Amino acid sequence: MRVIAWLTEGTWPACVDAVRAHAPRAAEVVLLHVSGPDVPGLAHGAFAGLLGRGHPERDPGDLLEALGGTSAARLLDAAAERLGRPCVREERSGRVEREVVAAAEGAGLLVLARDGDRSRLGPRSLGPAVRFAVDHAPCPVLLVWPEPAPGLATIPPAPPHRP
Amino acid sequence: MAVPAAGIAVATGAIPLDHARAEAERLGPVVGFLAAVLVLAHFCAAEGLFQACGAWMARWAAGRPVRLLTAVFALASAITAVLSLDATIVLLTPVVFATAARTGVRPKPHVYACTHLSNTASLLLPVSNLTNLLAFAASGLSFTGFAALMALPWLAAIAVEYVVFRRFFARDLTAAAPAAPDTAAPPRMPLFAVVTVACTLTGFVVASAFGVDPAWVAAAGALVLAGRALARRTATPLTVVRAAAPAFLAFVLALGIVVRAVVDNGLAGVLGHVLPGGTGLPALLGVAALAAALANLINNLPAVLVLLPLAAPAGPGAVLAVLLGVNIGPNLTYAGSLATLLWRRIVHQHEHGVDLGEFTRLGLIAVPSSLAAAVVALWGSLQVL
Repeated sequence: MRVIAWLTEGTWPACVDAVRAHAPRAAEVVLLHVSGPDVPGLAHGAFAGLLGRGHPERDPGDLLEALGGTSAARLLDAAAERLGRPCVREERSGRVEREVVAAAEGAGLLVLARDGDRSRLGPRSLGPAVRFAVDHAPCPVLLVWPEPAPGLATIPPAPPHRP
Repeated sequence: MAVPAAGIAVATGAIPLDHARAEAERLGPVVGFLAAVLVLAHFCAAEGLFQACGAWMARWAAGRPVRLLTAVFALASAITAVLSLDATIVLLTPVVFATAARTGVRPKPHVYACTHLSNTASLLLPVSNLTNLLAFAASGLSFTGFAALMALPWLAAIAVEYVVFRRFFARDLTAAAPAAPDTAAPPRMPLFAVVTVACTLTGFVVASAFGVDPAWVAAAGALVLAGRALARRTATPLTVVRAAAPAFLAFVLALGIVVRAVVDNGLAGVLGHVLPGGTGLPALLGVAALAAALANLINNLPAVLVLLPLAAPAGPGAVLAVLLGVNIGPNLTYAGSLATLLWRRIVHQHEHGVDLGEFTRLGLIAVPSSLAAAVVALWGSLQVL
């Protein structure tokens, strides 16, 4: 069985801890990080807005792409250390949610963390990327809270009963 | 691209030769000023100013996203104001990204902050933005007079952006991993660069009191930093010339001539009808909104060249309102304007990958609110000063 842990900045320790707690000892663990094109794209756009500064080698977006690669590698290193057992590190880049679903093909379990508004229980605790991955995952999914889950009192009262 | 167009405009008689020469003479000092600021920023980066900024931000934020955002706002605003928006986009943005990634914080809000503040925080000084240099030459204000009138709008616009960012990126700003212990060596302060920049700023104020063109002060500051690098053989004369971006300077001159040709051939009449007159609050709001709209269509550089001759007769208030519009406005459109966006589409430079829906939603909230706050603040400053 293959267990895929999708790690993102800020919330990855919870996913690693979930793998430690729930993945079978014999399972092959894959630590996955996906770099999206959006943040370097912001820098590309800002540079394009500087009309006439024609030196493409000064475009900060390219530098961001390179930096993104090293920071992803560092995140996976830290996660592997926290996991404390043999694992495979996988770095992908592209549309984040689609890359995750593609990576989960044929897996026995996909572990991911909520990325939305985590002040209350409910559908908004999933951001668009995690929502897409949960909805489209071709395998069982383990969805964890990055920090202790909020209390049941955060659920709004049930609507009045209609006959 | 613009240089041949300017040549055609002159050759076909779309602009009389003496008009073209007058435009070039008017823009000459502005271009020189710009070259000096570009050189200043380049050698600040070479001295390690921006790396030090990254280390300071990481230490102060200690892995907490909201604190990092506050630090990014403070630094990006200061760097944009003093070393121009180019420095923030080209030199500070990669450092901010690396700092966020290193401290386990999601980089998106912080990189967005750099791109927004490179526009919004470029209101304060004539050197902050090329548009300001152009308007400064046309407004008849002194360096300190310009800064005094723009200080309040600058602060108001940044404050509104900050509130918008805290709400818009609330989710990303709550995600923080336990920060890895900061093993980086304590930042080394690039003292020489900081002192040179501080002296240059003081020089602007002194020069403006004695009626000396502040471009000379900027040139002196640039010469000091470049001279030191040359003496230590960390730079060659070629590096200095490249830092001044001669192709860009030629582009600015040529663009000025092309725009003059377009304005002379009828655009002035059309826009003259639309541009509100007077310097009351509604008129200033109208001027700023029109300038923002035009900047989003054709980019802010041509927009300010088109609008300045029309706004200048109404006095410095109208000129500064144009500036608020063309400086804050570009946050609404990816790549700063529809023209650039189309151009990039045509030449297929990049598959940009940015979530345009998110970009535009943020712009639709941030631009009108910060622009309105800045115009009201400008109106208030004009009443008092």
